[in-house]
Amino acid sequence: MRAQVDASVIAGPGRTPAAGPIRTIALIGPPNSGKSTLFNRLTRLRQKVGNYPGITVEQHTGVLSCAGREFTLIDLPGIHSIRPYSEDERVAVEVLTGRAKGVRAPDAVFVVLDSTNLVRHLALAGEIIAMGLPVLVLLNMADLLQKRGGTVNPKKLAAELGAPVALIAAAHGTGLEAVESFLRKGATQTPAMLPPVLQDPPQCRRWVARTTSQAGYRAPAPAAWTRRLDGVVLHKFCGPLVFVLIVGTVFQSVFGLGQPASNLFQDFLSRAGVQAAAQLPAGLFRSLLLDGVWKGVSSVLVFLPQILLLFLFIGLLEDSGYLARAALISDRTMRSVGLSGKAFIPLLSAYACAVPAIMATRTIENKRDRLAAILIAPFMTCSARLPIYALLIAAFIPERPVIGVLLGSRASAMLSLYILGFFMAIATAKILKSSVLKSTGVPFVLELPEYRWPTVRSIALRLIDRARVFLAQAGTVILCVSVVVWVLTNLPLRNGHPPALEQSIMAHLGQTIEPAIRPLGFNWKIGVGLLTSVVAREVIVGTLGTLYGADPATHAMSLQEALRQDLTLPGAVALLVFFAFAMQCTSTLATVRRETNSWKWPAIQFLYMSAVAFVAALAVNQILPLWLG
Amino acid sequence: MAIMDRNRQFAPGCEITRFALTDLRPGDTGVIGGFTLPNETQEALARFGFILDTEITLVRRAPMGDASVYAVDGSEVALRAETARGILVWRLPGGPKRALA
Repeated sequence: MRAQVDASVIAGPGRTPAAGPIRTIALIGPPNSGKSTLFNRLTRLRQKVGNYPGITVEQHTGVLSCAGREFTLIDLPGIHSIRPYSEDERVAVEVLTGRAKGVRAPDAVFVVLDSTNLVRHLALAGEIIAMGLPVLVLLNMADLLQKRGGTVNPKKLAAELGAPVALIAAAHGTGLEAVESFLRKGATQTPAMLPPVLQDPPQCRRWVARTTSQAGYRAPAPAAWTRRLDGVVLHKFCGPLVFVLIVGTVFQSVFGLGQPASNLFQDFLSRAGVQAAAQLPAGLFRSLLLDGVWKGVSSVLVFLPQILLLFLFIGLLEDSGYLARAALISDRTMRSVGLSGKAFIPLLSAYACAVPAIMATRTIENKRDRLAAILIAPFMTCSARLPIYALLIAAFIPERPVIGVLLGSRASAMLSLYILGFFMAIATAKILKSSVLKSTGVPFVLELPEYRWPTVRSIALRLIDRARVFLAQAGTVILCVSVVVWVLTNLPLRNGHPPALEQSIMAHLGQTIEPAIRPLGFNWKIGVGLLTSVVAREVIVGTLGTLYGADPATHAMSLQEALRQDLTLPGAVALLVFFAFAMQCTSTLATVRRETNSWKWPAIQFLYMSAVAFVAALAVNQILPLWLG
Repeated sequence: MAIMDRNRQFAPGCEITRFALTDLRPGDTGVIGGFTLPNETQEALARFGFILDTEITLVRRAPMGDASVYAVDGSEVALRAETARGILVWRLPGGPKRALA
């Protein structure tokens, strides 16, 4: 294969002696150039994800072992140009020039370009070479270039650019010897010739045209398969149909496969907890570990299967190139609430869990749109609301057919809660987008990449990465809050023993807020449930179980019966509405904090959603009795 | 905002009338000849290859809504009509023909 022969070619003009050894390398390239694939290929799992200080741009660094040495590889955001226009570009320039806080200035730069679209992206390589750092230009997707009848001579291009050039195919790992030989040589050359003024578009275009023709570049034939597939996927009638089918499959799989998987996982976790606890002596310590730490943490761990499943689908859709088409099809609907089509997939994910949904908003380049999507995502009915919805609906709503056998009263109650959340999300988006987050000048520009087969490798790396982020951040927060809740229900100690439930600090807290929630139809036990469910919504079911179980009056009853004693029908509906709107999820708040890099937005979100929930529940509990007569 | 030069020389067969990008029919190719968009929007578009004198082809209209897919500078990019309306093109009849700058 010629691409592979060419791949080993490393060509460059005469080099000046090395100024110093290479230790840090920056990886830069336009979006969709396969830069992340190369980064994963070079660093494997030895990578770290963080944020640049003070901003929301993610920082990926990894370790590259090569020629018996280790190098730090910085994966910079995908950019089209180094003119600092967007936040991503500003970061890239700051890192390249060594002005970024907490990041070592790179000693060399790998510029990754899509070889099938060289004309468009060559200017970026020119701009970076002109900065004076040692540069290795990697022309990625050489296999596709060759397959579709395009060619380029890397030696001639290197002579034109004044920097070594190599053809690679990052997805297959071919041509990467070039990286090794570049690093082995310790190449630190100053560019022999500086590209002409790149700021002026006509001049720049002439330079690109001359350079590519000198390098014998022949652009490949247009991607016939992509055009043909788009003919179906973006067809007037077939397009929306395919869209609905794919979205339906994702939704159904996350529930259909994810829910049983979560249940199995939950069984496994609780059994493991009980068995581990049996090894410990009975007492406060065991109770802390089992009832406090383990139950709290495992209540969050159970969402892992659903989250991984969701990210598997998002990964497949994104890597194959369909996500951009889905965004295009849903653009019209999303635009009616002031958002763009790019917010669609994140909001769909929020039906499973707001945490991955908020992480998925990274695909939205427009910062204001992204923030709006982050702020409305928790209104979508996530799976953590299901336990309390199911409990209350079963306890208070008798099963009656609504539409024959198709839809019963309980299912329609559940469905209306989903719709309620959806409408509140839309209303909030409208408010945000017509006030504080009004879009400015940034147009909706959506690049439709070529369709590609997703690789097992990149999907697996993505899942591992996401699982790691989820476990690390949700695990730490949940762990702390679980311990605090347990401690508060077991204090103050009486004669070295935990107090009766009603004497505990937790109960006092519930009784303290009781006057505030009484108009909503809730008593202090529900109040305690509301307090503990600030950690995670599903926690209220466990808390209520413990509270009613500890109470001698309701001890023998099932939780449903006990709740019927304590709540009126309007009160129960008020509680459902409260859960539809309230922001009771510390993992989400922690994720919003991480993604927006400030406490301001999670604080505003928490206060807004709590206020909406309180007012709506109050209205329901006050108005519903009048209506029921 | 770019100012149009109506006296520019074009290859024979070129229509010298300016159209908005939205006036192209699927398969039509034009040459970008100006913008009536705010500078910030133009900057954002330039990143995707929407630069003066660049050839642009309307590939297809997207289903639902008014967005269309354009082939520009080697890649395919979707724009809403509200943006495309602000991009002016010299229309080239039929397939791609190069304009003489």
